[in-house]
Amino acid sequence: MAAPPRPDSIALLDRLMAALEAKGIATEAEVAARQAITDRASPETGARMVAKAWTDPAYRALLLSDGKAAAEEMGVSMAGAPPLGVLENTPARHHLVVCTLCSCYPRAVLGYPPNWYKSFAYRSRAVREPRAVLAEWGLNLADNVELRVVDSTADYRWMVLPMRPAGTEGWDEARLASLVTRDAMIGVAVPVA
Amino acid sequence: MSEETPIPAIHDLGGAARFRCTPVEHDEVPPDAFGKKVDALRQILAQKGLMTVDELRRGIESIPEAEYFALGYYERWLRSIAGLMVEKGMVAKDVLE
Amino acid sequence: MSDGPRFAPGATVRVKDDWPERRGPCHIRTPHYIRGRTGTVVRPLGAFANPEDLAFARPAPKRTLYHVLFPQEPIWHEGRAGDTVMVEVFEHWLEEA
Repeated sequence: MAAPPRPDSIALLDRLMAALEAKGIATEAEVAARQAITDRASPETGARMVAKAWTDPAYRALLLSDGKAAAEEMGVSMAGAPPLGVLENTPARHHLVVCTLCSCYPRAVLGYPPNWYKSFAYRSRAVREPRAVLAEWGLNLADNVELRVVDSTADYRWMVLPMRPAGTEGWDEARLASLVTRDAMIGVAVPVA
Repeated sequence: MSEETPIPAIHDLGGAARFRCTPVEHDEVPPDAFGKKVDALRQILAQKGLMTVDELRRGIESIPEAEYFALGYYERWLRSIAGLMVEKGMVAKDVLE
Repeated sequence: MSDGPRFAPGATVRVKDDWPERRGPCHIRTPHYIRGRTGTVVRPLGAFANPEDLAFARPAPKRTLYHVLFPQEPIWHEGRAGDTVMVEVFEHWLEEA
């Protein structure tokens, strides 16, 4: 589990905030307001996007060609956000997203990244032994599936469009969205009905 | 040019041998108050055009190796942000002490 | 700077076997494990300001970014044949192969 911050880190933050506020550069109130907005982002947004793509071919095409526009259609303001790339899983190809260099993550549509995504173990092993990493999540892909690891190294943020699972015929979008986990949109899981 | 295999920068962790045998801990704990505040501060400073995410990363990457691996995720962010604010003359150096 | 992307989808490219880290402070977003490796351009992703310059608040020219696909086996000599890794790579790191 991630350790709590050290006392000297907490003190550094306090000193920095005091200095920024004294100079009129940034205030506690601004930071708190921004935190409140950030806290509202969640994987439910991504799940709704996936569910809509499963049922609406035009939206699916939009999602795959212009992720930001697709997110905007869900009511998410993407102003100033980095480009959103969407990786389509198929029976022949499964995607796994990692940022080996830091922790790039599609926060606007998935919320805060989980600690494990930011961990040294995931960052180093996901690109080198992805099948072993997936096995730790209980996901074992068939041999004839290409496992494509996507290393987020630049301006895009990436999410996976998983395949719609069998046994969901006739389900409405809300019910379908409930199947789409954050882990499935990173690629360490697949949705199951 | 020497023939030795170049050693990657400390943050360039893809395939790093030192973590080959480290299971990925399925840590689902949300960011704590400290982390969320640091995160929000970075966003505010970026919105105001006072720092970029590229500078944040560069600052993190320059943390000495032992500390890079010992500090928590948002502690690294804070080290970088504070260092950048001093570097840019936004705050005085004594903030870092 | 020429108009439009230099490399087309399907082009075979090699990532430069360059190590700026050996020459001084830098911020590089080309992971070590693809340097010197040969891959295939999947598609251009648009033009973006060079993070190597943004990280030091230098004027940052826009460079074309590509998604480039690499087979895993030549990189790590392990894993399942047919598995791949896809990386965002800037044009100035690529050459025809």
